[in-house]
Amino acid sequence: MYLPDFEYYAPESIAETCQLLSQFGPRAKVIAGGSDIIVKMKKEVLAPEVLVSIKNLAELKKIEYVPGKGVVVGARVTHNDLYKSKLLAEKYASVSNAAGQMADNQVRNIGTLGGNISNAVPSADLPPIFIALNATVKLEGVNGERTMPLEDLFTGPGKTVLAQDEIITEVVIPDQKMTGSNYIKFGLRKSGALAVVGVAVAVEVENNVIKDARVALGAVAATPVRAKKTEEFLKGKTVTDELLAEAGVIASGECKPISDIRASAEYRTDLVRVFTKRALRKAIDEGHV
Amino acid sequence: MSNFIVDKSGIKRYLVSVKINGSEYTRVVKANTLLVNFLREDLDLIGTKKGCELGDCGCCTVMLDGKPVNSCLVLAVDVDGREVTTIEGIANGEELDIVQEKFIEHAAYQCGYCTSGMIISSRALLNENPSPTEHEVREAIAGNLCRCTGYVNIVEAVLAAAEAEKK
Repeated sequence: MYLPDFEYYAPESIAETCQLLSQFGPRAKVIAGGSDIIVKMKKEVLAPEVLVSIKNLAELKKIEYVPGKGVVVGARVTHNDLYKSKLLAEKYASVSNAAGQMADNQVRNIGTLGGNISNAVPSADLPPIFIALNATVKLEGVNGERTMPLEDLFTGPGKTVLAQDEIITEVVIPDQKMTGSNYIKFGLRKSGALAVVGVAVAVEVENNVIKDARVALGAVAATPVRAKKTEEFLKGKTVTDELLAEAGVIASGECKPISDIRASAEYRTDLVRVFTKRALRKAIDEGHV
Repeated sequence: MSNFIVDKSGIKRYLVSVKINGSEYTRVVKANTLLVNFLREDLDLIGTKKGCELGDCGCCTVMLDGKPVNSCLVLAVDVDGREVTTIEGIANGEELDIVQEKFIEHAAYQCGYCTSGMIISSRALLNENPSPTEHEVREAIAGNLCRCTGYVNIVEAVLAAAEAEKK
């Protein structure tokens, strides 16, 4: 398979990147790793006239801890960079484990965090765990930058609030009171499968009492969604198996999955019940895993 | 900004300098040239195979700066200044790499079509992790599909190569 012709730019700065995106408008697309856009171009889903490669934006390739801010992850960081990061293994192994469950080794070596987020696929593996950890996302465009909670970025399948001239530059996991977090994905194979359901949780537990909880569900709605009733239900309660089972039931009532080739809506709903319970137990007992 | 020339028909062609299997190559490519086609058609390195061409099967796996990637998903112009290792660069002249030797010993291929990618993924694993578990080997080649389903022998060959390399 060969790609159609397109104009190619490899700008040296974020400002220049946004300028090009603004100049070419909807005719242009950003290419980072390529694992998504090249496939879409081969399948003729997309036919951009201009590709803007961000390969030269070295500043987007960092994972670092900034005191007072949190763990800052650049948009060009690959899934394997996340999976193999020592910093994340220490602080939020739940994030590295989620990244390690994505696709296969070859794709994890090119697919980026910014790409996984900006494609806004409802089954994407990274958004739920980042949302559970209350992450923010920074967008930069020709008129400056803006930062928002990651969950506010998504507006529908494949749709985000990103303007034509904007790119995602970084995601920040703020310092946490949460004592544990976990992401559980169910795919139809052990490797290389899209999530049929993905459940991410983060909890703050003190003396066996849940002080705070965040639950984010993937692949069961048009965008990744918070299970806010479940979160409210858990707050202030003492941890028991019955409590977590009931939380699972509430979460399954909060999602609105579709039936497709991978699973029925009923099956997905039941998976949410089971995985919410299991992910909560993991996060409560084992911390950020 | 990348260096380019404009040909007679007005099409831009980009200068790409890339180190492949230890040698420096400089070529001009169109922006839409994929790495796999650059290797096979421009450089005649046809050991890298084309399978699904959508990043699922792993036949076209090469190492990019030491890491296995699907060369069907990478633009040639994007590898300017980087380092690529193909199956042709795994052996040391006439002397086969230990992974290749163990693939032969364990009959770890049948039709052979996935073998280039399998060996690249396996070599990259052992470079990073000299003592992998069986599970880690299976994880490393999860993106390489063998339709003859010879996985058992492949996994045995990689584990044997790791064992032999430790000695």
